[in-house]
This record gives sequence, C-alpha cells and structure tokens, in this order.
Amino acid sequence: MTETVQDTVSRVERGEAFLDVRDLKVHFPTDDGIVKSVDGLSFKLERGKTLGIVGESGSGKSVTSLSIMGLHQPGTADITGQVFLDGQDLISASREEVRLLRGKRMAMIFQDPLSAMHPFYTVGHQIIEAYRVHNKVSKQVARTHAIEMLDRVGIPQPDRRVDAYPHQFSGGMRQRAMIAMALSCDPDLLIADEPTTALDVTVQAQILDLIRDLQREFNSAVIIITHDLGVVAELADDIQVMYAGRAIEYGTAEGIFDRPQHPYTWGLLGSMPRIDRERSERLIPIKGTPPSLINVPEGCAFNPRCNYAHLNNGASETELPELLNIGDGHLVACHLSPEQRKQAWENDIKPNL
Amino acid sequence: MFAYLVRRVIGAVVLLFIVTAVVFSIFFLVPRIGGASADDLASRYVGKSAGAEQIHEVAVKLGFTDPIYVQYGRFVKGLFVGQDYNYGPATEKCPAPCFGYSFVTQQPVWPDLVDRIPVTLSLALGAAVIWLVAGVGTGVISALKRGSVVDRSFMSVALAGVSLPIFFTGLLSLSIFSYKLGWTAQGGTNPMDASNPLEWAYDLILPWTTLAFLYAAAYARLTRAGMLETMNEDYVRTARAKGLPERNVVVQHGLRSALTPILTIFGLDLGLLLGGAILTETTFSLPGIGQYAVISLRANDLPKVLGVTLVAAFFIVMANLVVDLLYAVVDPRVRIQ
Repeated sequence: MTETVQDTVSRVERGEAFLDVRDLKVHFPTDDGIVKSVDGLSFKLERGKTLGIVGESGSGKSVTSLSIMGLHQPGTADITGQVFLDGQDLISASREEVRLLRGKRMAMIFQDPLSAMHPFYTVGHQIIEAYRVHNKVSKQVARTHAIEMLDRVGIPQPDRRVDAYPHQFSGGMRQRAMIAMALSCDPDLLIADEPTTALDVTVQAQILDLIRDLQREFNSAVIIITHDLGVVAELADDIQVMYAGRAIEYGTAEGIFDRPQHPYTWGLLGSMPRIDRERSERLIPIKGTPPSLINVPEGCAFNPRCNYAHLNNGASETELPELLNIGDGHLVACHLSPEQRKQAWENDIKPNL
Repeated sequence: MFAYLVRRVIGAVVLLFIVTAVVFSIFFLVPRIGGASADDLASRYVGKSAGAEQIHEVAVKLGFTDPIYVQYGRFVKGLFVGQDYNYGPATEKCPAPCFGYSFVTQQPVWPDLVDRIPVTLSLALGAAVIWLVAGVGTGVISALKRGSVVDRSFMSVALAGVSLPIFFTGLLSLSIFSYKLGWTAQGGTNPMDASNPLEWAYDLILPWTTLAFLYAAAYARLTRAGMLETMNEDYVRTARAKGLPERNVVVQHGLRSALTPILTIFGLDLGLLLGGAILTETTFSLPGIGQYAVISLRANDLPKVLGVTLVAAFFIVMANLVVDLLYAVVDPRVRIQ
C-alpha cells in the first residue's frame, strides 16, 4: 500500500512531510521521578531519504523509534506530541490502528538479530508470519515470497535456508534474514536501530550496502539509529544529533561532518578513531558521563560537560537553548554565538580531529 | 534427531537397571550390612511359631544365603521369565513379570499392581490436565496484568494452594462438596468403571481438583515468572513490530518459550504422581499405587514395597524420557545435528 502520486502531491501541499514528528515527548513515570527519555523532539523525513539519529546511550534514540512504532507497553510511558506517517497521527490513533500499520507501512530492524528472532521457529516461519499478518495469502504463497525475500537480501540457497533456525545462521546472515522479514510487506518507513552494532566490521559494511540498495529499490524512508558516526557517514542524507532526549543539532550529513556547530557534536567527532592520524595521538573523549534523565541539568543539558559553557555569562546553566536555524536548514541548540563557534571549531577542534 | 532419540532410550534403559540394582540392594543388601543374617531376613517369610532350624531352611530355599549378585540375577530373571518360590511346604508360582511374591497375602505382587495402576493413572492424568490448564492460564493472566488486583488475588490463592496440604484441602472439600452438598462421589469410591466416562469423572472430580489445586498453584507461579521474563525478550518485541495481534504475540511467542522449563517440571511431577499419589489416595481412599504402598509398609510386606518402588521408579524414568524427547520437539536448539 504505497502512496499514490496524487496522495503525495496533496500531502506536500498541506505542508506535511511523509514522516513528520512534532514535539514528541516520551516520559516514563518511575518511583524515583519522571524519566524524560524524549523531551520535545521534531523532525521530518521524506520517502527515499535516510535520517541518521546519533547520540550516546540513553540519549533517547531508541525510545524515539519505539514511540514511532507504537511499541511501548500501554501504561508504561506518557507519550505526547504528534507523529504523522503519511498524514495519519500515530500517537492519537488507537492501538489496533497502529498495529495494522506496524510491519506493513513501517518496519523495524533490531540491534541483535540473535535475540530478536524467536529461537524456536524457523527463519522462514518468522518471515511467513510477518507477511501473512498483513496479506491474506495461503502459506504456500507466503513461503514462496519468503524465499524470494531471502534471495533478495543475499542469502545463498534460500529455498533450503528458509527451513533453518536462527541459531544455524551466522550473525550477518541473521541480520539479513531480519531485514528480509522487515521488508516482507514492502514498508514505506524502515527504522534500523543499531543494525550493525552486533556484527563483525566486514559484515557491517555488507549490511549497510544492503540497506542502501534496498532503500533505492523500495524507495522507502529510512531512519538509522546508531552511536557509530561511521555508519551515518555511510548512509545518511540528514543527521540528527541527540543529547538527553532532545535534538541539539540537525543538518545534512555533509554539514554535520564538515561544519559541525555544537560542542557535543565536536566531542563525538573527536572520540572517533581515524586511520589517517598518528597512532600515538590520543582520542579526545567527551569528559563526564551522560546526565540522569530524571534530573536533567538546568539550562543547556550539556553544560556540565561542555568546554565552552563559561563563555555564555551563565546562560548555559539557566536557559534552555532553542534549536535555531543558522542557514541552509542546519539547526543547532547552543548559546555560543556563531563567531565563537566558528573560532572554536577552526582553532581548537578541527586541527585535532 | 534419530541418534538423539536412540541415545535417550538407551540411557533410560540403563538407568532403569541401575534403579533396580539400587532398590534391590536397599532391601536385600543393606540389612545384611547392617548386621542382619540371612535367617533374620527369612524370619519375615515364616510364621511366628517357626523354630530357628525351620527359618534357616527357608532362608536357604529362598536363596538368602547365596551371594547378593546371585540373588539379584535371580530377581532380574524373575522380572522377565517369572520365578518359583519354594519355601518348604509348597512351591508358589510367580509368573513374569515377577516383582516379588508376598508371603503375607500369599500372592505375587504384580497382579495387585496391575489392578491399582489404572486408578493412579486416572487420578494423575486427570489432575494433570486440570492443573496444567488452570495453572498456566492463571500464570499467563497474572504476568500480563502484573501488579493488578487480579494478579495479586491469583497469587494469594496460589500461595495458599502451595502451602495447604492435601489432607487438609481434601478433607475440607470432601466435607463440603460431597457430604454437605452431595455434588460429588464420597471418599472410598473405586472409580474403576471406565466404561462410563461421566461416572468415572464424577467419582474422581474431587480428588482431581484437590490434587490439581496444589500443583496448579506452583505452576501458576512458575508460569508467571517465566512469562514476565519472556515477554521482555527481544523476539517478543520483534513479534509486535511485525504487527501480530497481541494474542498471537503472547501465546505463540511469549508462552511458547515460557513453557519449556515448565515441561521439565511437569515430567518430574507426573512421573512422581504415577508412582503413587500417596496423600491424595489415602485421603480419598482411592485404591491406587500410593495407597498400596502405605498398606504394604504398615504390614511390613517387603516384596510389595519393593514392587511399588520399582513401578514408581519406572514411571519417573519414563516420564523423564518422554520430557527429553519432547524437549527436542519443542526447542530446535536441543536437536543434535
């Protein structure tokens, strides 16, 4: 059920993106207080485009994707805001409506394909199951489709491997099978949550290539969630950097890598190993640890770890910086003036990367 | 898969042999080590008025003076081809499978067991069906509604069920449902008329539910714990991400995994029960294996006790064998490629 040209035209006329997340907040009430995992997140994504969401553990990346998919257990999370998928708001929709979209119009690939596939069912059974939820076809037809999908994601001898169990696959094969399962209903939106973290480096590259090829073929919108900047550099058109449940920088992949604006993004780039540097040179880690999401620091959440917070005359500790457009659609939430940022980037950061 | 099956079956047969050896030793070797002479053993098989010489004669005739391995060999041979007991005045025939010959009732043990096994079987299997359905059902509901009033009340009842002994719940339910309300059969009914299933169920419904209550309670807690764990597994999230209806997610993905450890416990429990539900059979005066064991123990009738022990061991080994084989069906990772 892909959207027709007509639909797209009228949607774009309304000013809506294919995936349109507006002021998404996901709060978890706990005994210790409210965990603000996602706190006011907005972004847009069109079909055929890839958005990379990067950030440390606990920055709200996975929670965002689970909210879009409607995979939070009822009653555990307070979710507000809007998530429009092709004009339909998923947050206000009933659970049953969202369920019928899951797997069909939006699908997800998980981090660890071994634990994400049921150990007691064959790979084929799990793909057939995914296909038959949304398509009223016989088992035989679904099986043929499953074999086709396995073939498409590059699994050799798919007609035999279809009856194998997940534990009989290698890690890379499992992730391929997982992708085959996610793509079995030809979804418009594919969310890949750390799709390569559990894999060998050589296999990582193959999986990333596969995702890119399949995206072209299916023309779907893709969200890649990762803490690995190498992965987003490879795949993403746009990149959103998250910190403590908020977007702190958003831009094209080129913009983020060539002209990063936020000190946190500088920190991420600085802690990435590079092959073209001397081995004796040390990586520059971001000092400190990610903040507790129950007691997020006042003002800019990054201020206790920021090397430049003292330049803002106390604004960092008291005022929440807004996510502002600094031109070319590059957004940044930082109190530093553009001149200060430019100076710091050119003089302190860039030469040491 | 076939190799796995063969290995398990061979293992079970070997285990049964070891069990017969151990049980036989307990009855015939351990007393000797403890200082009892062959004559002491034989004194159980003759009248109280028998003199020492008579006793010795019987001991020789029954073979108690032979080395222990000869006695064991004779016993095992008896299991397969039968055995004659010549104790002096006459010879008693004990046809195969000879589990021993009771000199108290002047009868071989095996026909007694054959009479009683169906009673125990009816009791255990009926109760098992009830406790599996009730226990797993409440466990699943409790896990899904964790922390709710439903969960708490189920778990409180389950705690009571695990804690209350059969002779309490059994007598209480007999008093209420059978004697006061007259809904069910009274204690002491022999439920062996299997030709009429309704009557059979009527006779057994109270023992079934009483026994099932005890086990269902334990299974509810086990299932709840298992479900709480599996419902948090990544593959359950994957199942939801596919858009499966929640019912399929719970039953086919969550419960399917949670049932595996329950299967193991179920095999052990059922095997144990088939060897005699001693308390239940005694409380409801059901003529099953368990009651037989109690009666034999009271009468000091060693051959019967030996026979019951072997039958019980047989059921436990068989139940475990079945569980092992089922495991391979349930969990593909167990199958040896």
